[in-house]
Amino acid sequence: MAISSSIWVWIAAFLTLAVFSFLYKDNIIYKMVEALFVGVSAGYSIVIILKHSFVPNIWKPLFVSHNLLYLIPFLLGLLFFAMLSRKTAYLTHIPFAFLIGSGAGFALPLVFQTNVMAQVKGTMLFAPSHYPSLGAFINALIIFIGVLTVLFYFFFSRGEKTNRGIIVKTGIAFIMIGFGASFGYTVMARLSLLVGRLYFLFGTWLGILH
Amino acid sequence: MAKFDISNIDRRWIYITILLGALLPLFVPITFAPKISPEVKAVYDYIDKLPPGSVILLSFDYGPSTLPETEPMAEDIMKHAFINGVRVIGISLTEEGALLALKAYSNVVKEFENYGTIRVNYGYDFVFLGYKSGRQAVILSIGEDIRKTFPTDYQGTNIDDIPMMFNVKNYKDISLVVDISSTNTPNDWITYAYSRYKVPVAVGVTAVLAANYYPFIQTGQIIGLIGGVKGASEYEYLVNQKIQSNWGMKPKRIPAMRNMSALTVAELLIVLFIILGNIGYFSQKGNKRR
Repeated sequence: MAISSSIWVWIAAFLTLAVFSFLYKDNIIYKMVEALFVGVSAGYSIVIILKHSFVPNIWKPLFVSHNLLYLIPFLLGLLFFAMLSRKTAYLTHIPFAFLIGSGAGFALPLVFQTNVMAQVKGTMLFAPSHYPSLGAFINALIIFIGVLTVLFYFFFSRGEKTNRGIIVKTGIAFIMIGFGASFGYTVMARLSLLVGRLYFLFGTWLGILH
Repeated sequence: MAKFDISNIDRRWIYITILLGALLPLFVPITFAPKISPEVKAVYDYIDKLPPGSVILLSFDYGPSTLPETEPMAEDIMKHAFINGVRVIGISLTEEGALLALKAYSNVVKEFENYGTIRVNYGYDFVFLGYKSGRQAVILSIGEDIRKTFPTDYQGTNIDDIPMMFNVKNYKDISLVVDISSTNTPNDWITYAYSRYKVPVAVGVTAVLAANYYPFIQTGQIIGLIGGVKGASEYEYLVNQKIQSNWGMKPKRIPAMRNMSALTVAELLIVLFIILGNIGYFSQKGNKRR
C-alpha cells in the first residue's frame, strides 16, 4: 500500500488532524474545522430533506399530480415560517397543535405499553420453576431487587441529611453500577472512534497499515 | 527536584500513551477470540434459523462519526443473510444513513466477489429503498403497505418492478427488523413496529447507547442486541466461522475484530490510569490527614 493520491483523502486527513489538535490545546484551526462541520452537516441535511421529503411528499403530489388534499399539510408547514416575525408568530400554534395532537395520539398508548406495561411485566418475579435455569432466576431476582430499591431511593429519600436505610443504600448501589456500566460503554465507544480514525490516518492516508 | 505527583499528570501524557496503546495492535496484529455474549448469539441464531427466501428489513440509522462501530454490524448482518439465502430490504430513517447503507452494501458485494462462491444481485437479494423523514410515521406506515411509504427504491425504480419485492407488502412478510443505529431510532422500532405489529426486532447500537437497550431484552421486546465494537466483533467472529466452515476460506477483512484488539489494549491502559489516579488521590488524602 502507498500513500494516498486522492485529494479527498488528504482533505479528510487534514480535517482529522485539525480536530485532534484540540487535544494539545484549543486553537484557531480546530475552531475553523468545527464551524465547517456544523455548516456541512446543516447543508447536507437540508438537501436530503428537500430531495427525499419535500419533493416526494409535497411537491410531486401537489404541483405535479395536482392532488389538492396536499394543500392542507403544505399550508400547515408554511405556517411554521410565521415565527420569523413577532407579529405573526402566534400562527405557529396551529401547526404545533396538529403535530402535538397527532403525535400524542399515536405515541401515548404504544409508548405506555412499551416502556411501562411491558417493563413492569418483565420485572415481575415468579417461582424458580418458571425460569429455564437457576441463572435466569437469579438474574430476574437481581432485576426485581434493583427496580424496587431504586424506586425506593427516588421516592423515599429526602435530601442529603436523611438517615438512609439499607433499601435506599442498595438502590444507590444499583444506580452507581448502572452509571459505571454506561461510563464503561462510553469509554469503549469513544476509543473505537479513535481506532477508526487511526486506521484511516495510517492505512487509507499514509498506506502504512494493510 | 520537583516531587512527582501521580494525580497531577499532564493529560497530554495520558493521550499519547493511549494513542500508542491503540496503535500497537494495528501494527502488530494481536487478535483475541471473543467470548460470544448471549444477546449477540440470539441475533445470530435467529437469522441463522430463517429459511432461505425469508426477508429481513435492515434499517441503516447511523452517521459517519460512528462508522467503526456500526458499519461492521451492518455488513455482517448482510453477509450472514446472503450466505443463508435471506433477502435484505434496506431503508434509512436518518439523513446520513442513506449513503452509508450503499457503502456497506458495496463492501459486502466486493468481499463476496473475492470469495467467488455466491453472487449477490441487487433487486433479488438486496434492495435499498432510501431515506424517509418522519420516523414514527414511516415505521407505522410500513405496517400497512410498504409501497405507500416507499413507492420506488433509491434509484427511482418502481417497487413493483423489483423481483424481491413482489411478495412483500408489510411486516407480515418480513421475518425480522434489524436496526443498526447511532441514535435513538431503536426506541421507535420497538414502540411502533414490535408493540403495534409484533414483528421481531433486533438492535445493533453504538456502545454509548447499548446500556439503554438491555431492559428490552429481559422483556422479550427485542430478540437480541449487538452493542458497540465488542458486539460487532462477536458477530463478525460468528459470521467468519460460518464462511470458513461453508467455503473453507479465512476472511481477511475483519474490521470489528481488528478494532477490538486495539480497543482492548487502550482500555487496559485506561483501567491502569484509573487505578493510578485513585492511588494518587488516596495517598494525597492520607498526606493531608497527617
